[in-house]
Order: sequence, then C-alpha cells, then structure tokens
Amino acid sequence: MVGALLLVFTGITVALSYVDFGARKANIAVAMLVATLKAGMVAAIFMHLAAEKRLIYRILIFTGFFVLGLFWLIYLAWYDYPVFH
Amino acid sequence: MDTSTSLETHSHSHQHEAGHEDHELGWWRKYIFSTDHKVIGIQYGLCGLVFLFFGFSLMMLMRWQLAYPGQALPVIGKLLPYIFGPGTMPDGKMAPDFYNSLGAMHGTIMIFLGIVPVAFAAFGNFVVPLQIGAPDMTFPKVNAASFWAFAVGGVIMLTSFFVPGGAAKSGWTSYTPLADIADKGPNYNVIFSGQTLWLLGFIFLITSSLLGAVNFITTIIQLRAKGLTWMRLPFFVWAQFVTAFLLLLAFPPLEAAIVMQFMDRVAATSFFLPSGLVVNGAAVSVSGGGNPLLWQHLFWFLGHPEVYVLILPAMGIVAEILANNSRKPLWGYKSLVFSVLVIGFLSFVVWAHHMWLTGMGTAVSAFFQTTTLLISIPSVIILSAFFISLWGGSIRFTVPMLFATAFLPMFGIGGLTGIPLAFNSADLYLHDTYYVIAHFHYIVAPGTIFGLFAGIYYWFPKATGRKMNDFWGKVHFWPTLICMNVIFLPMFLQGMIGMHRRWYDGGQGWTLSGDHVWGLTGFQWNTPISWAAWTMGLAQIPFIINFFWSIKHGKKVNDNPWEATTLEWTAPSPPPHGNFVNTPIAYRGPYEYSLPGRDRDFTMQNEPVEPRERVRRKPPEAVLV
Amino acid sequence: MEIPYTVSTRPDTGLWNAKVGIWLFLASEVMLFGGLFSAYIFLRLDAPPGMWPHGLLNVPVGTMNTAILILSSVTVVLAWAALKMRRYQAYWWYMLATILCGVIFLTVKLVYEWPQKFDHFGAYIKPEALGKYEQYLGNEHAAAKALPPRLEITGHLHNRAALNDPNIKEYEVYLDPVNADPTNPAMDRPHFFYVPPTHKLATIEKEDVERATMFLPTHSAYFASYFTITGLHGMHVLGGVLVFIYMWLPVSKKLYQRNPEHLANRVEVAGLFWHFVDLIWIFVFPLFYLL
Repeated sequence: MVGALLLVFTGITVALSYVDFGARKANIAVAMLVATLKAGMVAAIFMHLAAEKRLIYRILIFTGFFVLGLFWLIYLAWYDYPVFH
Repeated sequence: MDTSTSLETHSHSHQHEAGHEDHELGWWRKYIFSTDHKVIGIQYGLCGLVFLFFGFSLMMLMRWQLAYPGQALPVIGKLLPYIFGPGTMPDGKMAPDFYNSLGAMHGTIMIFLGIVPVAFAAFGNFVVPLQIGAPDMTFPKVNAASFWAFAVGGVIMLTSFFVPGGAAKSGWTSYTPLADIADKGPNYNVIFSGQTLWLLGFIFLITSSLLGAVNFITTIIQLRAKGLTWMRLPFFVWAQFVTAFLLLLAFPPLEAAIVMQFMDRVAATSFFLPSGLVVNGAAVSVSGGGNPLLWQHLFWFLGHPEVYVLILPAMGIVAEILANNSRKPLWGYKSLVFSVLVIGFLSFVVWAHHMWLTGMGTAVSAFFQTTTLLISIPSVIILSAFFISLWGGSIRFTVPMLFATAFLPMFGIGGLTGIPLAFNSADLYLHDTYYVIAHFHYIVAPGTIFGLFAGIYYWFPKATGRKMNDFWGKVHFWPTLICMNVIFLPMFLQGMIGMHRRWYDGGQGWTLSGDHVWGLTGFQWNTPISWAAWTMGLAQIPFIINFFWSIKHGKKVNDNPWEATTLEWTAPSPPPHGNFVNTPIAYRGPYEYSLPGRDRDFTMQNEPVEPRERVRRKPPEAVLV
Repeated sequence: MEIPYTVSTRPDTGLWNAKVGIWLFLASEVMLFGGLFSAYIFLRLDAPPGMWPHGLLNVPVGTMNTAILILSSVTVVLAWAALKMRRYQAYWWYMLATILCGVIFLTVKLVYEWPQKFDHFGAYIKPEALGKYEQYLGNEHAAAKALPPRLEITGHLHNRAALNDPNIKEYEVYLDPVNADPTNPAMDRPHFFYVPPTHKLATIEKEDVERATMFLPTHSAYFASYFTITGLHGMHVLGGVLVFIYMWLPVSKKLYQRNPEHLANRVEVAGLFWHFVDLIWIFVFPLFYLL
C-alpha cells in the first residue's frame, strides 16, 4: 500500500542523511529528491491528482511556475547584494 | 419563487423548495450577517467608500504640511491632538512622525481598505453573479466570512492611530529594518504599537482577499448560466476573474513575510535584520543573519500584482459602460481577453522593477526590464481597444459615460509615464521622487477611482431601482476631473527636478537650488496642488449627498434604464434573494448593440437567436439549446 | 435557493464547487509556504560557515511524527472511502484515528519538542575569544578535518538567573557531548539518537560571549525559521483537526442521513487539505531535522 511505501521512503530519507555524499549540497539535493518523490505520491494517489480534471492541473501548473519563479528570480539577484556577517 | 415588489434597497423573498428550511431571517441575519452576495457587495462598497474618504482626509492633512510647512493648521489643527494624541500636532503644527503616519496609512488605507474592497469585492460581489446568471456565489458563508475578516482588519488598522506612538509610519511598504525597529522600546507596547497592529490588521485583510478570490474564481467557473461560454462573458467578468487569480497567488508570500516581520517585532527574531545593525549608536541585540532585501522581494511579489488588482476591475467597468453608451459592441473582444490573461500572467514576473536601486546585477535587471516592457503591451492593447470601440458609435454622455471616457486619457497618461520607470537607468534618477507619485496616482485616482464612480452611477439603479441625479453627477464630475489634473500633473515636473517622496518639509531642501518649472519652484507648486486637493474634497460632497438621497428619493426607473445587454439587467431592480425570476439562458454575446434588422438598438444576452437572424458564427454544439 | 453543483458535478468541468475551491485554496497555501521556504533558503545561504547548526533536533521523534502524519493521511482516505461505500461506522472509526494522529502530532510537538528546545542553552563565543574555549570547541580538530568551525557552546544552563542578572558574570553550563569531547571523531557528524547534556560543567565568561539565549526563535536564524515554519504548520494541523472533529461529531450524522454524498464531498475536501499539510511536513522534516 502507498502508506507503507511512504513510511519506507521516510526511513530511506533518514538513512541517506547520514551517508556522506561529499558536499553538503549533495545531501540536500538527495533529500529533496526523495522528498519530492514522497510528495508526488501523496499528491498523485492520496490527493487523487493523477485522475484529476484538466482545470485543476492548469491551476497547479501556474502555481508551480510562480512559486519556482519566486525562488529562482530572487536567487539570481541574491549574490549581487552584500551579505552582512 | 416570488418576485419582490418591495422598493427597499435589499429585499428578501421566501423560497418553498424541497429540502430548504422556510424561515424568515431576523434583521441581523438579513442586513448585517447576510450571506447574500448583493448585501455583502453593498457592505463592502459602503465600508470601502468610507475608508476611501478617510484615507483622502489623511492626504488633505498632509497637503497642509506640504504647502505650509511648519505652520499651524487653523481650527482643525487644534482639534486633532484630541483625537490622535498630543504629540501629533503640537500647537496645531504637524510633527514629522505624524506626517509619516499619515503617509503610510494614506497608502495602506486607500489601497487595501478602499480600492480593493470597492473595485474587487463590492462590484465583483454585486455584479458578477448577476452577470453570469447565477443565484449567488458558490460559497455564500465563506463570502460573509470574507467580509467580516475585512471589517476586523479595518478596525485593527484604525485602532493603530490611537496607540502610543500612533499608527504605522514606515511607509505603506513597511521596509525593514526600519519597520522592524519602529515604535519599539520602553514607552511602547509590544503588540499594541502602530506597526505591529498594521501587521495584524493586514493578516485579516489578506485572509479576506484570499477567501474572496477562491469564491470568485469558483463561481465564475462553475455557475455560469447555460449558454454562457467563456467567450460570451462580459469583459468585466474576465477582469474580475484574472484579478481574483492575482490576489489568490500573490498575496500569500506577503502574508509569510508579514508573519516573519511580526516575529521580528514580537519575538526578537532576525528574519530581516542583518548582523551588525546599529541603531541610535547602540548595536541591536538580536541574532542577526537576516536580510532586509528578503522583505522587499516578498513584499513586491505581491506589490506588483496588487497594482493590477487595482486597475483591472476598473477596466472591466469602463468596458461595460463604453459599450453601453456608444451603442456598439466592444472592439476586439478576443484581444481584450487575451491581453487581460497575459497581464495576469506577466504581472508575477515583473516585481523587481520596484527595486532598481537595490543593486541587482545586470542580468537580473535585464530580465525584469524586459518583462516590465512586455507587460505594457497588453495594457496598451486594452486601452487602444477601448478607444477604437468609441469610433463610429452613437455616444451619449450619461454620467457613467463621462467618468468612463475620462478614464481613457487619464489612464493613458498614467500608463505611459510608467515607461521611463521601467528602465533601471532612468529610474535611478526618478525613483522615490514625486514623478513616481504622479505616475501611480494618475492610474489609480483619475484612473481606477473614475472607473469606480462610473460603476456606482451605472449600477446604482440595479441595486436600488432608482437613478442618481444627473445634474449633481455632472457637478461631481467636472471639478473632480480638473482638480485631479491640477494635483498630479505638476507632480511629474516636481519629480523631474528632484523633489523627493515622503519628505516632511515639502521638498524645500531640494528646491532651494531654485529650479523653476512653469514659473514656480518645485516647492511653490505645493500650494496650488494642495488647494486643488482640498477643492476636490469639496467636490465629493455633491456625490455623497446624491448617493444617499437617491436611495430613497431618486427617480424611479425600470429594470434596464440604460438599455444594456448583459444579464444583470434581466433581473428585477433590486434583485431578490436568488436573483432571477427565471434562470437565464444566454444565447448570444455580451455586447449585441445595434444589430442590423432589429427594431431596438440593443439585444439582450438572453434573447433567443431567431432563424431570420444571420448568426455570426456557429455556436459550439454543447450550448445549442 | 440551492446553489447548483454543490454535490453534483458540472458537465463541462466535471467538478463540483468545493473541489475547485479547495484546490484554489491549496494553490494559495503553496505560495504561502513557498514564501516561508524562500526565507529559509536565503537565510541559510547567507549564514557564515559554522553558523547554521546541524543535529539540534531530535531525529527519532521527528521521524515518528512524520510516520504519524503519514498514517493519518492513510486513515483519512479510508474514512472517505468508507463514506462513499456508505459504511458510517467504519467512517467514524477511521475519522477518529485521523483526529487522534493529529492530536498526537501536535502534542509531541508542543509538549515535548518545543519545550525541550526552550530549555536548552547556547552561547555564541566572540571571534577573539574562540581560542580561549578551544577545549570545548575543538576548532583545530575541525579545521584539520575540513569541517565547518564551531562557534557555539551549548548545553543545559545551570544558573538560569545569569540570563537576566547583569551582576552574574558567567554562565555555568552542563555541556552537550559535542562540547564536552570536541575532538572525538564521533562528534564530527550529528547523532541519530538524542544524547542529553553531559555532567561536565563549564564556566563561560559573559564578556567572551557574543550572544547567549535559550533555544528560542530569537536565538538564531535557524531557530527563527524552525519555530515560525513549524508553528504555522502546526496551526494548519490544528485547523485540520478541528474541521475533522466537526465532521466526526453527531452533527455529521445528520448530514449523512440527509445527503451522504454531500458529507463525502466535505470529507474529501478536508482530506485534501490534510494531505497538503502532510506534504508540507514531508519537506519540513528533512530540511530542519536532517540537513
């Protein structure tokens, strides 16, 4: 069942966080990948998104685009500003 | 369902449907805690208009300081300290902090307690369900909750004037770190300080807008009448639809930022406070590690879509009135719809043009400059389509039409003067000058507010069954139009010679260099501008009297006094609970004016298509009734 | 007056009203938590080396909480399925399970996790005094192993009065294991199991301290983000639990008897909100507890 799978993936997330992938950034990337997978399963199966109507997809795609734009555009400008330590 | 024969402003009829409890609602449930979209719309409208007038009064106070800095305000100056506190106007002369509070609250109140509630919530709530042939919104209780959240937020904002330190004074933009540290210290209460109350009030206002946005979008998607396809919707509905999406998706990051600023003020966090911050000579004892620019990004992520929230409903209103009073269809309906959708989309990726002076690199700046210039294109398309719609029409200058036609050049000036601000190089000079104030006020004041006035005069007969007085409408219109231009046109020039925004001294510091524009120094221009502002305040009095007097004594009219085509005019005036005697079916587009071969110059949307009519295009199969 | 498509679907969209409404609301919630996560990202990017802590949160407890939330997502789906199959009793039990899971989650957070943090002390040492406390910080060892520098001494504060009393000139701290034995290789990475402060007492002069507080939001950018995001998330969990309680009380049985599909729709909508809350936690957990 999906629930069991999610629990397994949670365990994997925790275990992987103790593995040294070299840079900390790599650990973050791996953890986020697993998290996205889990989130995808929750969304697709529990929230029934996989079988949802086109209208809902459209709303969510625009939302996803805007939230990623929020992150990405701020990030692009971020190191142009001085960082105060 | 029985029709109402009542001539009251709000009417209520009994339903006898299976499964629906038959009960007479008490006065409180009928007029105060109503879930009927029309009552809620009127509640929003009246509250919003009161807030608009209050915000306007704050500006009139500011204008005294700008024209006669350091001088005691006669009569009112002695009374104000009794209302706002003794520190605000000692001896009737305005204190600098009070000036800043007036400025910050003028902006906040006009935008979030005035224009958004009236343009989006009031007009949207009242008109949209009627225009799409729906009995109400999809979520009436959520609608009521939305209004009451707005009311609570408004009360909190007003209360902020009466706490120690007075209302928020860090600009309507509440930039950190100033907003984080303002009104803090031994003399101030942690929660009951102006800025903290601003933050709390805002959370309620945002909640209200989010609930409203969900309601609008769902209603427009789900409750369109039979035959009312997307491309048969009145442009007003399209405008409200896009506006609702802007509110839905742009407000939450600001809500997150507000929660974080609240934590900074109340829990001594440092979301927006950098390390090493020194205030009044002492190092600030917080953890540091924050960044003030994070606030700016999150604020303007809302801030930019917000300005489209302010203009799109007014564009929608103007569209309806132009078509109606030129007796011909709107020109370029498809391009109007396409443009408004593109504006909605692009408005999410232009926000950093409010941040040109923060030192962003060239690549990011180039991106935002490009998107900002791109977004001017659909705006121009919309304005051009409106102008072209007038061509060849039988124009009649009813009072709504006066305001709607005045909207066009006024919005044109406002929009075009924004173009220099889209370039970070030009904005280096113009940022934070009066040029910017003139630019956005032209769009919102003789732009949106004219649209709102037009809408009030236009839909008043539908809400009350009576018309507002035409003569006094014109007395309202002409001085307002002239004063708007006397106020804001010189501001462009004041800005171009360098007069700075938000300065308490009326720009004397800058204009000591003696630069003259049109014969006066920048500072000297403050005087005619202020007098025009006060005159404009007086010019609103006929409107206020006309509005309230006409509710009971205006000329009674039939259900469709403007001979308009859209579905709201098929309902009784005022519409009963449930809106329509018979659920309407739409057979045609929204602007079927002057159809050839008909005896009337308008054909309503719910009139069936007769065989003898040349059908312009074959309707899709699904809507053939 | 009936609002159309409250229970039945509109033909051209295939949706009933509340479903459109809840997805729109969830879209706005994505933007809300997006704003919060963006703050996390940029605050963390800006943190100088050694300033963003790791291993301060209890991982087994967090993992258990994650499992509880996942379980509650499963039970709410089962509750909805039971309603669609018109089995009210089964619905009632699954809904109760969901509510209990939510309550347990909140209790663990509010009664154990947060207070445990509020009780923990941390003092950032001034850069010029770092050498003086090398025995507790082990920065030479860290530099040799290319680990980030250690700038803070943490543990259980023995003399609480020192926080507010300017007359007391030093903090007496029962050191955390990483400060009690900093050169031990086992301290290089965070532990899985929580190890409480040791009995080793250290005295830190106030004049050597940059800043010292309990682990409150004010302590650091990390805790500011942690408490704000988990706090807001917790408020959403609470909201969801309250809605579920309302749908579980006898008043729901009345709606079930009048129009069972309407109740099923309401449960589905509330369930969607609940899954979203779970989804946010799926991201919060690794970002704060593990990374």
